[in-house]
Amino acid sequence: MIKEDSEQTVSVRRESMADYLSPLVRGIKPSGIRRFFDLVSSRKDIITLGVGEPDFVTPWHVREAAVYSLETGKTQYTSNAGMPELRGAIGQYLNDSFAVEYNPANEILVTVGGSEAIDLALRALITPGDEILIPEPCYISYSPITSLSGGVAVGIETFAADNFKLRADQLKAAITPRSKVLILCYPSNPTGGIMTREDWLPIAKLVEENDLIVISDEIYAELTYGSNHVSFAAMPGMKDRTILVSGFSKAFAMTGWRMGYACGHSDLIAAMLKIHQYTVMCAPIMAQYAALEALQHGLEEKDRMIESYNQRRRLVVKGFRDIGLECHEPQGAFYAFPSIASTGLTSEQFAQRLLEEGGVAAVPGDVFGLGGEGHIRCSYATSVTQLTEALDRIGQFVHKLKQG
Amino acid sequence: MNELQLKVLELLKEDARRDAELIATMLDEPVEEVKQAIAAMEQDHVIVKYATVVNWSKVDDEKVTALIEVQITPERGRGFEGIAEHIYLYPEVKSVYLMSGAYDLLVEVEGKNLKEVASFVSNKLSPIDAVLSTKTFFILKKYKQDGIIFEEHEGDHRLMVSP
Repeated sequence: MIKEDSEQTVSVRRESMADYLSPLVRGIKPSGIRRFFDLVSSRKDIITLGVGEPDFVTPWHVREAAVYSLETGKTQYTSNAGMPELRGAIGQYLNDSFAVEYNPANEILVTVGGSEAIDLALRALITPGDEILIPEPCYISYSPITSLSGGVAVGIETFAADNFKLRADQLKAAITPRSKVLILCYPSNPTGGIMTREDWLPIAKLVEENDLIVISDEIYAELTYGSNHVSFAAMPGMKDRTILVSGFSKAFAMTGWRMGYACGHSDLIAAMLKIHQYTVMCAPIMAQYAALEALQHGLEEKDRMIESYNQRRRLVVKGFRDIGLECHEPQGAFYAFPSIASTGLTSEQFAQRLLEEGGVAAVPGDVFGLGGEGHIRCSYATSVTQLTEALDRIGQFVHKLKQG
Repeated sequence: MNELQLKVLELLKEDARRDAELIATMLDEPVEEVKQAIAAMEQDHVIVKYATVVNWSKVDDEKVTALIEVQITPERGRGFEGIAEHIYLYPEVKSVYLMSGAYDLLVEVEGKNLKEVASFVSNKLSPIDAVLSTKTFFILKKYKQDGIIFEEHEGDHRLMVSP
Protein backbone atom coordinates (compact mmCIF):
# COMPACT_ATOMS: atom_id res chain seq x y z
CA MET A 1 0.00 0.00 0.00
CA ILE A 2 2.79 2.32 0.93
CA LYS A 3 4.46 1.64 -2.38
CA GLU A 4 1.35 2.62 -4.34
CA ASP A 5 1.16 5.93 -2.49
CA SER A 6 4.71 6.80 -3.36
CA GLU A 7 4.10 5.90 -6.99
CA GLN A 8 1.20 8.29 -7.06
CA THR A 9 3.44 11.05 -5.73
CA VAL A 10 5.91 10.32 -8.50
CA SER A 11 3.20 10.54 -11.14
CA VAL A 12 2.53 14.22 -10.34
CA ARG A 13 6.23 15.12 -10.45
CA ARG A 14 6.87 18.38 -12.20
CA GLU A 15 8.18 17.91 -15.71
CA SER A 16 10.47 20.91 -15.97
CA MET A 17 12.03 23.52 -13.75
CA ALA A 18 9.52 26.05 -15.01
CA ASP A 19 6.79 24.02 -13.34
CA TYR A 20 8.32 24.88 -9.97
CA LEU A 21 7.96 28.57 -10.59
CA SER A 22 5.28 30.76 -9.15
CA PRO A 23 2.62 31.56 -11.76
CA LEU A 24 3.08 35.24 -10.85
CA VAL A 25 6.71 35.10 -11.95
CA ARG A 26 5.98 32.96 -14.99
CA GLY A 27 3.38 35.51 -16.04
CA ILE A 28 5.94 38.31 -16.28
CA LYS A 29 7.11 38.98 -19.81
CA PRO A 30 10.86 39.45 -20.31
CA SER A 31 11.68 43.13 -20.67
CA GLY A 32 11.82 44.45 -24.24
CA ILE A 33 14.82 46.52 -23.28
CA ARG A 34 16.69 43.32 -22.43
CA ARG A 35 16.15 41.95 -25.93
CA PHE A 36 17.41 45.19 -27.41
CA PHE A 37 20.40 45.15 -25.06
CA ASP A 38 21.48 41.75 -26.43
CA LEU A 39 21.19 43.09 -29.96
CA VAL A 40 23.29 46.17 -29.18
CA SER A 41 25.92 44.24 -27.24
CA SER A 42 26.72 42.16 -30.30
CA ARG A 43 27.72 45.28 -32.25
CA LYS A 44 30.92 47.28 -32.34
CA ASP A 45 31.58 50.89 -33.32
CA ILE A 46 28.17 52.09 -32.37
CA ILE A 47 27.24 55.22 -30.49
CA THR A 48 24.71 54.47 -27.81
CA LEU A 49 21.92 56.81 -26.80
CA GLY A 50 20.35 53.92 -24.92
CA VAL A 51 21.90 54.47 -21.53
CA GLY A 52 19.57 55.38 -18.69
CA GLU A 53 22.19 56.76 -16.36
CA PRO A 54 24.44 59.83 -16.02
CA ASP A 55 27.70 59.92 -17.98
CA PHE A 56 29.43 61.49 -14.98
CA VAL A 57 31.37 59.32 -12.60
CA THR A 58 30.35 59.95 -8.97
CA PRO A 59 32.23 63.08 -7.80
CA TRP A 60 35.55 62.18 -6.18
CA HIS A 61 34.78 63.61 -2.74
CA VAL A 62 31.72 61.37 -2.55
CA ARG A 63 33.71 58.28 -3.51
CA GLU A 64 36.37 59.29 -1.02
CA ALA A 65 33.78 59.48 1.75
CA ALA A 66 32.88 55.84 1.07
CA VAL A 67 36.55 54.85 1.04
CA TYR A 68 37.05 56.66 4.32
CA SER A 69 34.06 54.90 5.86
CA LEU A 70 35.74 51.58 5.01
CA GLU A 71 39.09 52.73 6.36
CA THR A 72 37.51 53.64 9.66
CA GLY A 73 35.79 50.29 9.95
CA LYS A 74 32.24 51.29 9.07
CA THR A 75 31.30 47.80 7.92
CA GLN A 76 28.26 47.03 10.06
CA TYR A 77 24.50 47.06 9.71
CA THR A 78 22.88 50.41 10.20
CA SER A 79 19.49 51.12 11.66
CA ASN A 80 16.90 49.39 9.42
CA ALA A 81 15.51 52.68 8.21
CA GLY A 82 18.99 54.03 7.42
CA MET A 83 21.49 56.07 9.46
CA PRO A 84 19.71 58.81 11.43
CA GLU A 85 22.20 61.45 10.12
CA LEU A 86 21.40 60.46 6.55
CA ARG A 87 17.65 60.51 7.13
CA GLY A 88 18.04 63.91 8.73
CA ALA A 89 20.02 65.19 5.75
CA ILE A 90 17.44 63.80 3.30
CA GLY A 91 14.63 65.49 5.23
CA GLN A 92 16.46 68.79 5.18
CA TYR A 93 17.32 68.48 1.49
CA LEU A 94 13.73 67.70 0.45
CA ASN A 95 12.45 70.59 2.49
CA ASP A 96 15.02 73.01 1.02
CA SER A 97 14.62 71.80 -2.55
CA PHE A 98 10.95 70.92 -2.94
CA ALA A 99 9.21 72.34 0.11
CA VAL A 100 8.04 68.97 1.41
CA GLU A 101 8.47 68.25 5.10
CA TYR A 102 9.14 64.80 6.51
CA ASN A 103 10.08 63.72 10.00
CA PRO A 104 13.36 61.76 9.74
CA ALA A 105 12.35 59.71 12.78
CA ASN A 106 9.40 57.89 11.20
CA GLU A 107 8.58 59.28 7.76
CA ILE A 108 11.80 58.55 5.84
CA LEU A 109 13.16 55.13 4.85
CA VAL A 110 16.51 54.64 3.12
CA THR A 111 16.31 51.87 0.52
CA VAL A 112 18.47 49.96 -1.93
CA GLY A 113 17.80 52.28 -4.84
CA GLY A 114 14.47 53.86 -5.70
CA SER A 115 13.56 50.49 -7.20
CA GLU A 116 13.36 48.83 -3.80
CA ALA A 117 11.23 51.68 -2.51
CA ILE A 118 8.72 51.14 -5.33
CA ASP A 119 8.63 47.42 -4.65
CA LEU A 120 8.12 47.99 -0.91
CA ALA A 121 5.39 50.52 -1.50
CA LEU A 122 3.47 48.26 -3.87
CA ARG A 123 3.88 45.22 -1.64
CA ALA A 124 2.72 47.19 1.36
CA LEU A 125 -0.37 48.50 -0.42
CA ILE A 126 -1.66 45.85 -2.80
CA THR A 127 -4.40 43.40 -1.96
CA PRO A 128 -4.61 40.93 -4.87
CA GLY A 129 -7.02 42.26 -7.45
CA ASP A 130 -6.40 45.93 -6.68
CA GLU A 131 -6.00 48.08 -9.76
CA ILE A 132 -2.84 50.14 -10.03
CA LEU A 133 -3.06 53.09 -12.40
CA ILE A 134 0.09 53.75 -14.40
CA PRO A 135 0.44 56.61 -16.90
CA GLU A 136 2.48 55.38 -19.86
CA PRO A 137 4.94 55.45 -21.55
CA CYS A 138 6.83 54.91 -18.30
CA TYR A 139 9.75 53.24 -16.62
CA ILE A 140 9.56 49.53 -17.29
CA SER A 141 9.36 48.11 -13.77
CA TYR A 142 6.05 49.41 -12.41
CA SER A 143 3.80 46.94 -14.17
CA PRO A 144 5.85 43.77 -13.44
CA ILE A 145 6.28 44.70 -9.75
CA THR A 146 2.54 45.32 -9.56
CA SER A 147 1.84 41.86 -10.97
CA LEU A 148 4.26 40.24 -8.50
CA SER A 149 2.11 41.52 -5.65
CA GLY A 150 -1.08 40.31 -7.31
CA GLY A 151 -2.15 43.76 -8.43
CA VAL A 152 -3.60 44.56 -11.82
CA ALA A 153 -1.67 47.18 -13.77
CA VAL A 154 -3.92 49.57 -15.67
CA GLY A 155 -2.02 51.66 -18.19
CA ILE A 156 -3.14 55.18 -19.07
CA GLU A 157 -1.82 56.35 -22.42
CA THR A 158 -0.32 59.84 -22.56
CA PHE A 159 0.47 61.73 -25.75
CA ALA A 160 3.18 63.83 -27.35
CA ALA A 161 0.54 66.46 -28.16
CA ASP A 162 0.12 66.97 -24.39
CA ASN A 163 3.90 66.85 -23.82
CA PHE A 164 3.18 63.46 -22.23
CA LYS A 165 1.47 65.05 -19.26
CA LEU A 166 -1.21 63.08 -17.43
CA ARG A 167 -4.59 64.70 -18.11
CA ALA A 168 -7.29 64.59 -15.47
CA ASP A 169 -9.95 63.41 -17.93
CA GLN A 170 -7.79 60.44 -18.91
CA LEU A 171 -7.15 59.55 -15.29
CA LYS A 172 -10.83 59.87 -14.48
CA ALA A 173 -11.76 57.53 -17.33
CA ALA A 174 -9.37 54.87 -16.02
CA ILE A 175 -10.57 54.92 -12.41
CA THR A 176 -12.86 52.06 -11.30
CA PRO A 177 -14.07 51.00 -7.85
CA ARG A 178 -11.07 48.66 -7.69
CA SER A 179 -8.50 51.43 -8.26
CA LYS A 180 -6.24 51.84 -5.27
CA VAL A 181 -2.87 53.24 -6.30
CA LEU A 182 -1.69 55.76 -8.88
CA ILE A 183 1.99 55.56 -9.84
CA LEU A 184 3.45 58.83 -11.09
CA CYS A 185 6.88 59.38 -12.57
CA TYR A 186 7.55 63.01 -13.44
CA PRO A 187 9.99 64.17 -14.73
CA SER A 188 9.40 61.16 -16.90
CA ASN A 189 11.62 58.41 -18.09
CA PRO A 190 11.34 57.92 -21.10
CA THR A 191 9.57 61.07 -22.33
CA GLY A 192 11.22 63.88 -20.38
CA GLY A 193 7.72 65.21 -19.67
CA ILE A 194 7.06 67.15 -16.46
CA MET A 195 4.00 68.22 -14.48
CA THR A 196 3.53 71.76 -13.19
CA ARG A 197 1.50 72.87 -10.21
CA GLU A 198 -1.40 73.69 -12.54
CA ASP A 199 -1.16 70.24 -14.11
CA TRP A 200 -1.16 68.57 -10.69
CA LEU A 201 -4.15 70.35 -9.13
CA PRO A 202 -6.93 68.50 -11.01
CA ILE A 203 -5.03 65.21 -10.56
CA ALA A 204 -4.85 65.83 -6.82
CA LYS A 205 -8.58 66.51 -6.76
CA LEU A 206 -9.31 63.15 -8.43
CA VAL A 207 -6.96 61.36 -6.06
CA GLU A 208 -8.83 62.85 -3.13
CA GLU A 209 -12.29 62.15 -4.56
CA ASN A 210 -11.46 58.56 -5.36
CA ASP A 211 -9.52 57.87 -2.19
CA LEU A 212 -6.37 56.81 -4.03
CA ILE A 213 -2.82 56.46 -2.75
CA VAL A 214 -0.05 57.84 -4.96
CA ILE A 215 3.43 56.44 -5.39
CA SER A 216 5.33 59.37 -6.83
CA ASP A 217 8.65 58.29 -8.33
CA GLU A 218 10.57 61.58 -8.36
CA ILE A 219 14.01 60.15 -9.10
CA TYR A 220 14.56 62.82 -11.79
CA ALA A 221 13.22 65.68 -9.63
CA GLU A 222 16.41 67.74 -9.73
CA LEU A 223 16.73 67.40 -13.48
CA THR A 224 14.24 69.97 -14.69
CA TYR A 225 15.04 72.73 -17.13
CA GLY A 226 13.41 76.11 -17.11
CA SER A 227 11.14 75.49 -14.15
CA ASN A 228 11.58 73.95 -10.71
CA HIS A 229 10.20 70.50 -10.07
CA VAL A 230 6.90 70.44 -8.24
CA SER A 231 6.54 67.41 -5.98
CA PHE A 232 3.10 65.81 -5.98
CA ALA A 233 3.46 65.51 -2.21
CA ALA A 234 3.58 69.30 -2.00
CA MET A 235 0.06 69.63 -3.41
CA PRO A 236 -2.58 70.63 -0.85
CA GLY A 237 -3.77 67.58 1.09
CA MET A 238 -1.58 65.18 -0.84
CA LYS A 239 1.28 64.60 1.60
CA ASP A 240 -0.51 61.83 3.52
CA ARG A 241 -1.77 60.25 0.31
CA THR A 242 1.65 60.16 -1.33
CA ILE A 243 4.64 57.89 -0.98
CA LEU A 244 7.45 59.97 -2.41
CA VAL A 245 10.21 57.83 -3.89
CA SER A 246 13.56 59.23 -4.92
CA GLY A 247 17.28 58.63 -4.59
CA PHE A 248 20.80 59.59 -5.49
CA SER A 249 21.24 57.78 -8.80
CA LYS A 250 20.43 60.49 -11.31
CA ALA A 251 21.07 63.93 -9.83
CA PHE A 252 24.17 62.88 -7.90
CA ALA A 253 25.49 60.43 -10.52
CA MET A 254 25.36 57.51 -8.09
CA THR A 255 23.52 54.75 -9.96
CA GLY A 256 25.76 51.87 -8.91
CA TRP A 257 25.58 52.76 -5.23
CA ARG A 258 21.90 51.79 -5.09
CA MET A 259 20.85 54.56 -2.75
CA GLY A 260 17.19 55.47 -2.70
CA TYR A 261 14.56 56.52 -0.21
CA ALA A 262 10.85 56.62 0.41
CA CYS A 263 8.99 59.27 2.38
CA GLY A 264 5.40 59.28 3.47
CA HIS A 265 2.84 58.88 6.24
CA SER A 266 4.42 57.14 9.24
CA ASP A 267 1.94 54.23 9.04
CA LEU A 268 2.86 53.55 5.42
CA ILE A 269 6.59 53.92 6.05
CA ALA A 270 6.29 51.58 9.06
CA ALA A 271 4.64 48.96 6.85
CA MET A 272 7.35 49.32 4.21
CA LEU A 273 10.03 49.18 6.90
CA LYS A 274 8.59 45.86 8.07
CA ILE A 275 9.17 44.34 4.63
CA HIS A 276 12.54 46.08 4.25
CA GLN A 277 13.88 44.76 7.56
CA TYR A 278 12.99 41.16 6.73
CA THR A 279 14.22 41.28 3.14
CA VAL A 280 17.32 43.49 2.96
CA MET A 281 17.83 44.56 6.59
CA CYS A 282 19.37 47.89 5.64
CA ALA A 283 21.05 49.69 2.74
CA PRO A 284 24.86 49.24 2.62
CA ILE A 285 26.57 51.43 5.17
CA MET A 286 29.40 52.70 2.93
CA ALA A 287 26.88 53.82 0.31
CA GLN A 288 24.97 55.63 3.03
CA TYR A 289 28.10 57.53 4.03
CA ALA A 290 28.67 58.45 0.40
CA ALA A 291 25.09 59.69 0.10
CA LEU A 292 25.50 61.77 3.24
CA GLU A 293 28.61 63.38 1.77
CA ALA A 294 26.73 64.09 -1.47
CA LEU A 295 24.00 65.95 0.43
CA GLN A 296 26.44 67.82 2.66
CA HIS A 297 28.99 68.91 0.06
CA GLY A 298 27.78 67.85 -3.37
CA LEU A 299 25.03 70.31 -4.23
CA GLU A 300 27.15 72.65 -6.35
CA GLU A 301 28.56 69.77 -8.32
CA LYS A 302 25.01 68.48 -8.85
CA ASP A 303 23.96 71.87 -10.23
CA ARG A 304 26.91 71.87 -12.63
CA MET A 305 25.93 68.46 -13.93
CA ILE A 306 22.34 69.60 -14.44
CA GLU A 307 23.50 72.65 -16.39
CA SER A 308 25.56 70.37 -18.58
CA TYR A 309 22.53 68.13 -19.28
CA ASN A 310 20.53 71.20 -20.18
CA GLN A 311 23.12 72.29 -22.76
CA ARG A 312 23.07 68.85 -24.34
CA ARG A 313 19.27 68.71 -24.21
CA ARG A 314 19.04 71.82 -26.38
CA LEU A 315 21.55 70.38 -28.81
CA VAL A 316 19.64 67.11 -29.18
CA VAL A 317 16.16 68.60 -29.50
CA LYS A 318 17.35 71.03 -32.18
CA GLY A 319 19.21 68.17 -33.85
CA PHE A 320 16.09 66.01 -34.16
CA ARG A 321 13.99 68.89 -35.39
CA ASP A 322 16.61 69.80 -37.99
CA ILE A 323 16.56 66.19 -39.16
CA GLY A 324 12.81 66.51 -39.63
CA LEU A 325 11.72 64.29 -36.73
CA GLU A 326 9.04 65.75 -34.51
CA CYS A 327 10.36 66.15 -31.00
CA HIS A 328 8.35 67.57 -28.14
CA GLU A 329 10.47 69.62 -25.78
CA PRO A 330 11.56 67.42 -22.88
CA GLN A 331 11.65 69.61 -19.78
CA GLY A 332 13.09 67.07 -17.39
CA ALA A 333 15.25 63.95 -16.95
CA PHE A 334 17.89 63.36 -19.66
CA TYR A 335 15.88 61.83 -22.46
CA ALA A 336 14.48 63.06 -25.72
CA PHE A 337 11.56 61.08 -27.12
CA PRO A 338 11.27 62.05 -30.78
CA SER A 339 8.57 60.66 -33.03
CA ILE A 340 9.75 58.46 -35.86
CA ALA A 341 6.23 57.90 -37.19
CA SER A 342 6.97 60.01 -40.30
CA THR A 343 9.44 57.38 -41.49
CA GLY A 344 6.67 54.81 -41.79
CA LEU A 345 8.55 52.35 -39.58
CA THR A 346 7.54 50.98 -36.20
CA SER A 347 9.72 51.82 -33.20
CA GLU A 348 11.25 48.35 -33.23
CA GLN A 349 11.97 48.45 -36.96
CA PHE A 350 13.43 51.93 -36.74
CA ALA A 351 15.63 51.15 -33.75
CA GLN A 352 16.87 47.91 -35.25
CA ARG A 353 17.66 49.43 -38.64
CA LEU A 354 19.21 52.53 -37.09
CA LEU A 355 21.48 50.23 -35.15
CA GLU A 356 22.40 48.10 -38.15
CA GLU A 357 22.53 50.74 -40.87
CA GLY A 358 23.31 53.89 -38.90
CA GLY A 359 25.43 52.57 -36.04
CA VAL A 360 23.40 54.33 -33.34
CA ALA A 361 21.56 52.62 -30.49
CA ALA A 362 18.33 54.15 -29.23
CA VAL A 363 15.62 52.35 -27.30
CA PRO A 364 12.39 51.62 -29.21
CA GLY A 365 9.54 53.49 -27.51
CA ASP A 366 7.11 50.58 -27.41
CA VAL A 367 9.05 48.90 -24.58
CA PHE A 368 7.80 51.69 -22.30
CA GLY A 369 4.16 50.77 -22.72
CA LEU A 370 1.13 52.53 -24.19
CA GLY A 371 1.88 55.63 -26.24
CA GLY A 372 5.51 54.63 -26.74
CA GLU A 373 5.04 53.16 -30.21
CA GLY A 374 6.17 55.58 -32.92
CA HIS A 375 8.92 57.02 -30.72
CA ILE A 376 12.49 56.24 -29.74
CA ARG A 377 14.11 57.11 -26.44
CA CYS A 378 17.43 58.89 -26.79
CA SER A 379 19.48 59.61 -23.70
CA TYR A 380 21.55 62.76 -24.03
CA ALA A 381 23.71 61.84 -21.05
CA THR A 382 26.67 61.35 -23.34
CA SER A 383 29.45 63.61 -24.59
CA VAL A 384 28.75 66.51 -26.97
CA THR A 385 31.12 64.97 -29.51
CA GLN A 386 29.24 61.67 -29.42
CA LEU A 387 25.87 63.40 -29.56
CA THR A 388 26.90 65.45 -32.57
CA GLU A 389 28.16 62.35 -34.36
CA ALA A 390 25.02 60.38 -33.41
CA LEU A 391 22.76 63.16 -34.76
CA ASP A 392 24.75 63.18 -38.01
CA ARG A 393 24.31 59.46 -38.39
CA ILE A 394 20.59 59.57 -37.53
CA GLY A 395 20.19 62.44 -40.02
CA GLN A 396 21.78 60.42 -42.81
CA PHE A 397 19.74 57.35 -41.92
CA VAL A 398 16.43 59.24 -41.87
CA HIS A 399 17.31 61.02 -45.10
CA LYS A 400 17.98 57.68 -46.76
CA LEU A 401 14.66 56.30 -45.45
CA LYS A 402 12.69 59.26 -46.71
CA GLN A 403 14.34 59.10 -50.13
CA GLY A 404 12.84 55.61 -50.24
CA MET B 1 32.85 90.28 -18.86
CA ASN B 2 29.16 89.52 -18.99
CA GLU B 3 27.34 86.31 -18.09
CA LEU B 4 27.14 85.12 -21.68
CA GLN B 5 30.87 85.57 -22.17
CA LEU B 6 31.57 83.49 -19.05
CA LYS B 7 29.31 80.70 -20.25
CA VAL B 8 30.92 80.76 -23.69
CA LEU B 9 34.37 80.57 -22.09
CA GLU B 10 33.37 77.51 -20.06
CA LEU B 11 32.28 75.70 -23.21
CA LEU B 12 35.36 76.72 -25.18
CA LYS B 13 37.62 75.65 -22.34
CA GLU B 14 36.16 72.13 -22.61
CA ASP B 15 36.65 72.05 -26.37
CA ALA B 16 38.09 74.97 -28.34
CA ARG B 17 36.80 73.56 -31.63
CA ARG B 18 33.17 74.20 -30.75
CA ASP B 19 31.80 76.76 -33.17
CA ALA B 20 29.49 79.66 -32.42
CA GLU B 21 26.47 77.81 -33.78
CA LEU B 22 26.93 74.79 -31.50
CA ILE B 23 27.56 77.02 -28.50
CA ALA B 24 24.50 79.12 -29.30
CA THR B 25 22.34 75.99 -29.38
CA MET B 26 23.78 74.66 -26.14
CA LEU B 27 23.21 77.95 -24.36
CA ASP B 28 19.92 78.79 -26.08
CA GLU B 29 21.25 82.19 -27.17
CA PRO B 30 21.21 83.87 -30.61
CA VAL B 31 24.19 82.86 -32.78
CA GLU B 32 25.01 86.51 -33.51
CA GLU B 33 25.38 87.32 -29.82
CA VAL B 34 27.64 84.34 -29.26
CA LYS B 35 29.78 85.39 -32.22
CA GLN B 36 30.02 88.89 -30.81
CA ALA B 37 30.94 87.57 -27.37
CA ILE B 38 33.74 85.48 -28.83
CA ALA B 39 35.00 88.35 -31.01
CA ALA B 40 35.03 90.71 -28.04
CA MET B 41 36.98 88.28 -25.91
CA GLU B 42 39.49 87.68 -28.69
CA GLN B 43 39.84 91.44 -29.12
CA ASP B 44 40.45 91.95 -25.40
CA HIS B 45 42.86 89.04 -25.27
CA VAL B 46 40.62 87.29 -22.75
CA ILE B 47 40.88 84.48 -25.24
CA VAL B 48 44.60 84.52 -25.94
CA LYS B 49 44.92 81.58 -28.26
CA TYR B 50 43.24 78.30 -29.33
CA ALA B 51 45.99 75.77 -28.70
CA THR B 52 46.15 71.98 -28.43
CA VAL B 53 46.95 70.13 -25.24
CA VAL B 54 49.53 67.53 -26.22
CA ASN B 55 50.65 64.52 -24.26
CA TRP B 56 54.26 64.65 -25.43
CA SER B 57 55.15 61.42 -23.71
CA LYS B 58 53.18 59.67 -26.46
CA VAL B 59 55.22 61.35 -29.17
CA ASP B 60 58.48 59.60 -30.19
CA ASP B 61 60.24 62.93 -30.27
CA GLU B 62 60.30 63.22 -26.48
CA LYS B 63 60.99 66.37 -24.58
CA VAL B 64 62.14 67.05 -21.07
CA THR B 65 60.61 69.75 -18.94
CA ALA B 66 62.04 71.33 -15.81
CA LEU B 67 60.55 73.67 -13.25
CA ILE B 68 63.13 76.15 -12.04
CA GLU B 69 62.82 78.20 -8.90
CA VAL B 70 64.61 81.48 -9.48
CA GLN B 71 65.59 84.06 -6.86
CA ILE B 72 65.96 87.57 -8.17
CA THR B 73 67.02 91.03 -7.07
CA PRO B 74 64.16 93.28 -8.18
CA GLU B 75 65.00 96.44 -10.16
CA ARG B 76 64.30 99.85 -8.73
CA GLY B 77 61.06 101.20 -10.23
CA ARG B 78 60.28 98.10 -12.31
CA GLY B 79 60.25 95.34 -9.71
CA PHE B 80 60.26 91.94 -11.36
CA GLU B 81 58.76 92.95 -14.71
CA GLY B 82 61.99 93.57 -16.63
CA ILE B 83 63.72 90.42 -15.46
CA ALA B 84 60.61 88.33 -16.02
CA GLU B 85 60.41 89.60 -19.59
CA HIS B 86 64.10 88.96 -20.14
CA ILE B 87 63.49 85.36 -19.10
CA TYR B 88 60.17 84.65 -20.81
CA LEU B 89 61.39 85.87 -24.19
CA TYR B 90 63.63 82.81 -24.50
CA PRO B 91 61.73 80.30 -26.65
CA GLU B 92 62.90 77.48 -24.37
CA VAL B 93 60.82 79.02 -21.59
CA LYS B 94 57.24 77.72 -21.64
CA SER B 95 55.82 79.53 -18.65
CA VAL B 96 56.85 82.03 -16.01
CA TYR B 97 55.02 82.76 -12.76
CA LEU B 98 55.77 85.34 -10.07
CA MET B 99 55.46 83.49 -6.78
CA SER B 100 55.03 84.31 -3.14
CA GLY B 101 57.38 82.58 -0.72
CA ALA B 102 61.02 81.51 -0.71
CA TYR B 103 61.77 82.29 -4.36
CA ASP B 104 60.47 84.81 -6.90
CA LEU B 105 59.92 83.27 -10.33
CA LEU B 106 58.86 79.79 -11.24
CA VAL B 107 60.13 79.12 -14.75
CA GLU B 108 59.12 76.17 -16.88
CA VAL B 109 61.78 75.24 -19.39
CA GLU B 110 61.51 72.68 -22.16
CA GLY B 111 64.38 71.03 -24.01
CA LYS B 112 65.19 68.04 -26.20
CA ASN B 113 67.10 66.39 -23.38
CA LEU B 114 68.53 66.91 -19.93
CA LYS B 115 71.77 68.34 -21.28
CA GLU B 116 69.99 71.01 -23.28
CA VAL B 117 67.98 72.21 -20.26
CA ALA B 118 71.07 72.15 -18.03
CA SER B 119 72.93 74.19 -20.60
CA PHE B 120 70.10 76.74 -20.76
CA VAL B 121 70.26 77.16 -16.98
CA SER B 122 74.03 77.56 -16.79
CA ASN B 123 74.55 79.60 -19.97
CA LYS B 124 71.43 81.75 -20.19
CA LEU B 125 69.50 81.91 -16.95
CA SER B 126 72.13 81.95 -14.18
CA PRO B 127 74.41 84.55 -15.83
CA ILE B 128 71.64 87.19 -15.75
CA ASP B 129 72.88 89.82 -13.27
CA ALA B 130 69.70 90.03 -11.26
CA VAL B 131 69.44 86.24 -10.84
CA LEU B 132 70.73 85.29 -7.39
CA SER B 133 70.11 81.56 -7.46
CA THR B 134 68.31 78.76 -9.30
CA LYS B 135 67.01 75.36 -8.29
CA THR B 136 66.10 73.01 -11.12
CA PHE B 137 63.54 70.21 -10.84
CA PHE B 138 62.98 67.89 -13.77
CA ILE B 139 59.44 66.70 -14.39
CA LEU B 140 59.32 62.91 -14.58
CA LYS B 141 55.69 62.47 -15.60
CA LYS B 142 52.70 64.68 -16.22
CA TYR B 143 49.47 63.31 -14.79
CA LYS B 144 47.24 66.31 -15.18
CA GLN B 145 47.63 69.74 -16.75
CA ASP B 146 45.17 72.63 -16.78
CA GLY B 147 42.46 70.37 -15.39
CA ILE B 148 42.98 67.78 -18.09
CA ILE B 149 43.94 64.26 -17.01
CA PHE B 150 46.43 62.72 -19.44
CA GLU B 151 45.69 59.07 -18.88
CA GLU B 152 42.02 58.83 -18.01
CA HIS B 153 41.28 55.56 -16.22
CA GLU B 154 37.70 56.30 -15.32
CA GLY B 155 36.36 55.88 -18.85
CA ASP B 156 32.76 54.97 -19.63
CA HIS B 157 31.88 51.72 -17.93
CA ARG B 158 28.14 51.98 -18.45
CA LEU B 159 26.10 49.23 -20.03
CA MET B 160 25.25 50.01 -23.66
CA VAL B 161 21.53 50.01 -22.91
CA SER B 162 19.79 50.35 -19.57
CA PRO B 163 16.24 51.18 -18.54
